[in-house]
Amino acid sequence: MIETVDVIKSFNDKLVLKGISTVFEKGRTNLIIGQSGSGKTVLLKSLVGLHDVTSGEIFYDGRSFNKMGRKDRKALRQEIGMLFQGSALFDSMTVEENVRFPLDMLTNQSLEEKTARVNECLDRVKLENANRKLPSEVSGGMQKRVAIARAIALNPQYLFCDEPNSGLDPRTSIVIDELIHEITHEFNMTTIVNTHDMNSVMGIGEKIMFIYEGEKHWEGTKDEIVHVQNEQLEDFIFASKLFQKVRENSK
Amino acid sequence: MKVFFHIGRYTLFVKKVFGRPEKHTVFLKQIVREIDKLGIDSVGIVLIISFFMGAVVTLQTAYNIDMPIIPRYTIGFATRDSMLLEFSSTIVGLILAGKVGSNIASEIGTMRVSEQIDALEIMGINSASYLVLPKMVAFVLIIPFLVIISMGVGITGGYIAGSVTGEVPSADYIYGIQYSFQPFFVVYSLIKGMVFAFIISTASAYWGYHARGGALEVGSASTTAVVTSSILILLFNLILTQLLLA
Repeated sequence: MIETVDVIKSFNDKLVLKGISTVFEKGRTNLIIGQSGSGKTVLLKSLVGLHDVTSGEIFYDGRSFNKMGRKDRKALRQEIGMLFQGSALFDSMTVEENVRFPLDMLTNQSLEEKTARVNECLDRVKLENANRKLPSEVSGGMQKRVAIARAIALNPQYLFCDEPNSGLDPRTSIVIDELIHEITHEFNMTTIVNTHDMNSVMGIGEKIMFIYEGEKHWEGTKDEIVHVQNEQLEDFIFASKLFQKVRENSK
Repeated sequence: MKVFFHIGRYTLFVKKVFGRPEKHTVFLKQIVREIDKLGIDSVGIVLIISFFMGAVVTLQTAYNIDMPIIPRYTIGFATRDSMLLEFSSTIVGLILAGKVGSNIASEIGTMRVSEQIDALEIMGINSASYLVLPKMVAFVLIIPFLVIISMGVGITGGYIAGSVTGEVPSADYIYGIQYSFQPFFVVYSLIKGMVFAFIISTASAYWGYHARGGALEVGSASTTAVVTSSILILLFNLILTQLLLA
């Protein structure tokens, strides 16, 4: 479980996060939704320590992330896996080397053990016969799957996904969403997905938080979201004709 | 004021670069790879530049010394000392600031804008140390060899140019390059080369590491890296000359 208490983040004079307090639950797919520029990515990067928060606190299963020393923070980071918007694979390394990288750097396993773990992770994301390929030689969807395999290589407790469907076709988006959802339940992880894709919301959103201009405007489940009475959230959800029809049908 | 900001941030960056490597076996492999990429791949350009520099210095000296009281061996002597004192370290340093500096800045800058550096940080890896320390160590280790190659090839270039044009008799040139030889000049040149290698690798990595945006900003970081490295090389050339030769 990850808890944020009144998290404020500003860049110079610009206030981006205006006191976010919420709980991201363990074993569930927690979604952060909002328009572009609403502060989703800043919140996600603040949660993992890529941005230092201006004030407020972040707790990882009761452990205060802000008050942690360097050593503890480093140890905690090894419990974190992250899937970046552009996959962030090391482009000079093969698929296998990318997935093995955290094992090479942070464990003392033998090469056989590491190779076995790499193959296990690649099998889990249903990626076969791609071990020797470079990231540039595989499709965008496959790159995301490699990035997921790399993120779970060290058996993380927490998984962060920044716009996992960015640049993917609808079918592949569903595959990636389902994969994230399955892995979350299989490994009982606290997963936080940052998205503005309503298909993801309706597909895997077990707990959803809506951010508008740096503030938490609403939180609830996917069943509640279509009936919500919130002007900004309604504008966001029903921007597409498809979801307008979903609402009409539900009425 | 911006200069002080960059000096401060560069100092903190270098401190981070000197962080303990995560895995020594990985670190050693990276050093070997970087020696190949930054050093061995630069041998070609060092050979070409040094040969022509030596040849031109010889011919220019020969054409400017036309007084009979100045012996012809002075040409060999002047070529040798020019190569040892200045060309093989400073000019090669400036050329490598362009080749190696832009390579380092664009590589690290691309990693920054494509979130690869963030991915390292998320794993709990000191990204500055992981990416920059092997490059810096490899370049500082390999540059003495490049400087020595440059000296040899430059002096040989002068010999060939002098002989082919008939401006310098071979025996005079060979006597000149042995005349009043001071071994400390080689040490001085190697020290300069190693300092320049440190400057090129860390200053270029600094600009790449702090690049923000996209391809345009990476290109801009690469240009700034070359300009900054070149200016720092010239400045430290002056400082080291005063410290070591005064």
